Amino acid sequence: MKHLLSTENLSAFDAIRVLDTAEEMSAVGEREVKKLPALRGRTVVNLFFEDSTRTRISFEAAAKRLSADVINFAAKGSSVSKGESLKDTAQTLAAMGADAVVIRHWASGAPHRLAATDWIDAAVINAGDGTHEHPTQALLDAFTMRRHWAQLRGTASTGADLKGMRVAIAGDVLHSRVARSNVWLLKTLGAEVTLVAPPTLLPIGVEHWPCKVSYNLDQTLEAGIDAMMMLRVQGERMNASFFPSTREYSRRWGFDDARLRALDELGMKDTIIMHPGPMNRGLEISSAAADSPRSTVLAQVRNGVSVRMAALYLLLSGDSREAAPNAIQSSKETN
Amino acid sequence: MAENTYLIRGAAILGGDAEDLLIRDGIIEARGKDLSGEGATVIDAQGLVALPGMVDVHTHLREPGREDAETVETGTRAAALGGFTAVHAMANSNPVADTAGVVEQVHSLGRASGWVDVRPVGAVTVGLAGEQLAELGAMADSRAQVRMFSDDGICVHDPVIMRRALEYVKAFDGVVAQHAQEPRLTAGAQMNEGAVSAVLGLTGWPAVAEESIIARDVLLAQHVGSRLHVCHVSTAGSVEIVRWAKARGINVTAEVTPHHLLLTDELVRSYDPVYKVNPPLRTDADVQALRAGLADGTIDVVGTDHAPHPSEHKECEWAQAAMGMTGLETALSVVQETMIETGLMTWADFARVTSFTPAVIGRVADQGRPLEVGEPANVILVDPAARWTVDPHKMATMGRNSPFKGKELPGSVVATFFKGHPTVLNGQLNTPYRYPAVSSN
Repeated sequence: MKHLLSTENLSAFDAIRVLDTAEEMSAVGEREVKKLPALRGRTVVNLFFEDSTRTRISFEAAAKRLSADVINFAAKGSSVSKGESLKDTAQTLAAMGADAVVIRHWASGAPHRLAATDWIDAAVINAGDGTHEHPTQALLDAFTMRRHWAQLRGTASTGADLKGMRVAIAGDVLHSRVARSNVWLLKTLGAEVTLVAPPTLLPIGVEHWPCKVSYNLDQTLEAGIDAMMMLRVQGERMNASFFPSTREYSRRWGFDDARLRALDELGMKDTIIMHPGPMNRGLEISSAAADSPRSTVLAQVRNGVSVRMAALYLLLSGDSREAAPNAIQSSKETN
Repeated sequence: MAENTYLIRGAAILGGDAEDLLIRDGIIEARGKDLSGEGATVIDAQGLVALPGMVDVHTHLREPGREDAETVETGTRAAALGGFTAVHAMANSNPVADTAGVVEQVHSLGRASGWVDVRPVGAVTVGLAGEQLAELGAMADSRAQVRMFSDDGICVHDPVIMRRALEYVKAFDGVVAQHAQEPRLTAGAQMNEGAVSAVLGLTGWPAVAEESIIARDVLLAQHVGSRLHVCHVSTAGSVEIVRWAKARGINVTAEVTPHHLLLTDELVRSYDPVYKVNPPLRTDADVQALRAGLADGTIDVVGTDHAPHPSEHKECEWAQAAMGMTGLETALSVVQETMIETGLMTWADFARVTSFTPAVIGRVADQGRPLEVGEPANVILVDPAARWTVDPHKMATMGRNSPFKGKELPGSVVATFFKGHPTVLNGQLNTPYRYPAVSSN
């Protein structure tokens, strides 16, 4: 892996390697000194063309725990908004010696452009591009699911995949990079995915995706699921006639209190409720659901740091196909 | 005299039997076997195909206004090298070609350059704004003699404006060339809407946005008894609608670009904006339907939609990039690759779709004429056996945005005769045609 641009082309081997490495990193986060010297002297730039405080601080925490130098470049309010191009920005970062660029961009494919052009030679991590992909979000979601799935079976997470796990993803799939990255990664890891959305919020061509599609959340719940992932829905979508009103959306596709009760009534005591955040409480998810013991929202945030540490570590520590866990092990000892 | 006399020796006329062509003073003076070349410059055309000079119904020359992208001079050099002897310069310049003054300026620049006939296209509406008809009559009566009108780049979406334009141009035998794109269905559109756009997360440009406008416009053309030309048809459904309209006797012609005959939206997976174009690259099924439609005459002509852009408009994020591709210097090769090498068309068919019919649609005098005695000598010589690799940096156009970069293509233009003068010889630019000075008394 030179870059982490999407989960579409991420092999099962590489995906599990990231998740396994993240397990190691997670152990670091539980220690009193939450720091490894692995990336000492390396420079990681968080290049954010779109506001996202959560993702940015998650990457920042990850890079700092690996002892990398972190530069935050908020392209909003900088020379970029005065017309500097992505090319010039990239070349500037290259000239400053960036080893990795974590890029969040409103335009789908912007990370691919950085990786494919000769503007910059650094490792590129896609931190969310337009309505395309958000691979580290999908990896942290898979990490969260894998822990849950392994715990249920009393087995170890490390080395495992998600074979047989039934995952429903509900919400604005059309505009969701989280949904896309999750569909590809979950398929690669062997889970069975069902997308649930109003037909207006599913892309034309979704029938080619490796998942089931449903317009009916209740039927999907009744069929049985192990994880319910709710996607953020922007209320403004109703102005473009994607749905008639936020209330109608909530009734038909929101994870409300009645559906939370339905999980109990249907006997799905181990089903988890996930959300990538930030949540619209009362729109796509009720407060009772978000705060219930089933909710993994905060675990997802915690796991995000571990997964991003793993991604940075694997991309920046060279080709360490075999060596990754050992390397971490030894650095633990020296700490 | 010898300066104006050329004997083309042994060219396959429209791909048929090898014959000689004697060109003198801008006219084909003789055609036959073993012509005498007394005093003529002899050009050995063994193995070459002689064709009528190509006529592009759809070129963006960018001047006036965007001389950093292309000028009439550079664009027409590219045209000559590509085998063209006439181009239609689209109206979306700055200022827009919506007055007699601007179309006369472009016309004059074309004559001063002297590489090809430059036929300005007039805007349908003032400023391409789609609200008020431009002075179509004034442009028709100007020295530019405009016959084709188009807001290309933007659809004349208001049905009443479109109806009036179709009706009005009947007064001077004009044609409205429509850029068929329903604007509401394509707000923010980035690429063909389908399986690939779903994965890439790029806003879709659905086929129905093109097809619904074409369906409306053929019915309008029928209703008012006028002539409609549909620019750059890109979908299988559009081909079906045009076929249906022609079967009903509606006076409609349609155009396809070389890139839509060869490339598909799979290329967008690279997010390289060189593949960003409007209408967008479609699917393989569309490509096959377009080829079939061009072969059976449903689609009448090839138009390049040559659209040069400065590099900074392509070296950026996909969504930020300008739409358009260069095409003048690759059109012949791409059509040979997609239509002739596949056995779908002959060189005679090629002449029909690149020269004869385009000249009729644009009402261009002295272009698209048969290679017969007494006809104007707008002739090209093509080496169909040549193969070459596209290098945008070696092109005459200022645009470096060729989607065919690095591709090996068949066929090269060896010579271009414009008004009997060789603008291209041995595959290189020669000299432009110089119009005789107009006597002032």
